[in-house]
Amino acid sequence: MCTVCGCSSGNLKIDGESKDHMLDQPHDHSHSHSHNHGHSHDHPHSHDHDHSHDHDHDHSHDHIHHDDHTHDYGKGPAHAHAPGLSQARMVQIEQNILSKNDEYASANRAFFNERGILALNLVSSPGSGKTTTLCRTINELKDKHACSVIEGDQQTANDAERIRETGVKAIQVNTGKGCHLDGHMVGHALGSLNPEEGSFVFIENVGNLVCPASFDLGEAHKVVILSVTEGEDKPLKYPDMFHAADLMLLNKVDLLPHIEFDVEQTIENARRVNPGIKVLQISSTTGEGYSDWINWLEATLALATTGHSFKTENSPSHTKLDVSAVGE
Amino acid sequence: MHEMSLCEGILQILENESAKQNFTKVKKVALEIGPLSGVEIDALKFSFDVVMKGSLAEGSELIIIEMPATAWCMQCAETVTIEQRYDDCPVCGSAQLQVTAGEELSIKELEVD
Repeated sequence: MCTVCGCSSGNLKIDGESKDHMLDQPHDHSHSHSHNHGHSHDHPHSHDHDHSHDHDHDHSHDHIHHDDHTHDYGKGPAHAHAPGLSQARMVQIEQNILSKNDEYASANRAFFNERGILALNLVSSPGSGKTTTLCRTINELKDKHACSVIEGDQQTANDAERIRETGVKAIQVNTGKGCHLDGHMVGHALGSLNPEEGSFVFIENVGNLVCPASFDLGEAHKVVILSVTEGEDKPLKYPDMFHAADLMLLNKVDLLPHIEFDVEQTIENARRVNPGIKVLQISSTTGEGYSDWINWLEATLALATTGHSFKTENSPSHTKLDVSAVGE
Repeated sequence: MHEMSLCEGILQILENESAKQNFTKVKKVALEIGPLSGVEIDALKFSFDVVMKGSLAEGSELIIIEMPATAWCMQCAETVTIEQRYDDCPVCGSAQLQVTAGEELSIKELEVD
């Protein structure tokens, strides 16, 4: 394991090459750690400050409150430290544990934004049809838009090979023992993938409805795929994932006549954990519902490319328009 | 399973802070964890000991401050405590709840040498 950044121990491989810190790829550890002190002060309670207040004073204990800010924070012994900690030598750091991943994810997001790329993080349980959905989607998009794919699996490069058969670029990330992709792995993969401006980047996460919910990769949206063979209560069983996703694709709807599955109940369950989630019903075998899905993709890409001095519509993929004609 | 990666994240933060704040040994680590953070606390405790082995925080004590999950109930116009994301309001039974806290997953403070 990398002792500097702890980037995934052991077996992380990108397209079969081990990524344990020996590649010529830049591996920048000098993240300029911009301590974000702007904690969102959750004040749901009615200003009852008898507990320790998560105030954003990190390193010093200077409780100089301004006039416009007159709550009484953390009076009393030991300045209301966590129970069990003595005053011996305390260091308040108030850092989100995922902050390292979030830094990598922000770098990825900046990469996408600068290039007008729409990045989507596809998540689901194993066997819900992620790769089949991706192949069909790419076949429908690739004549109009450039696409590329980052495939995450514990082992094998099978999925990347399936994607490459569609004719688009794909890179396989093997997470080894890991159960999810993280921002660092995706950053490495982007370096090799080199996606076009104004294109789609699909990130197919490891089949797992738990861990990928917590790890931001820099994507614009998480899209969760649920197949009708899985059961209506999946959104309730794995609420974090359905909460984190902006769109749910209900896949394999061509099987509905043959099985017992309550579509309405499933959608209701999903809305319960995420009132804002959009739901599209599709079949990646028959193509049912794909016009809506492709519309969503193109509309979302249009948002991602807005403000960029190139256009993807009606222009051959991989080709940039003459930017001088459009102006900076 | 991602508790292991979280502990690696904690260790990175400790290492960064030790350089910045001039300490060489971490004796206690206090974490704030909300029930909606997706963390299994037992798994985290287990991973913590494993990951900290051989580091500046080897043998350190892990203190977990479990934060409550709360939501704003539109019907009651009050903050209520919930257990899970899809809970109904424990007072009026309404499903019109907006989660306001419970996703905490942060290192609060350290005791160091």
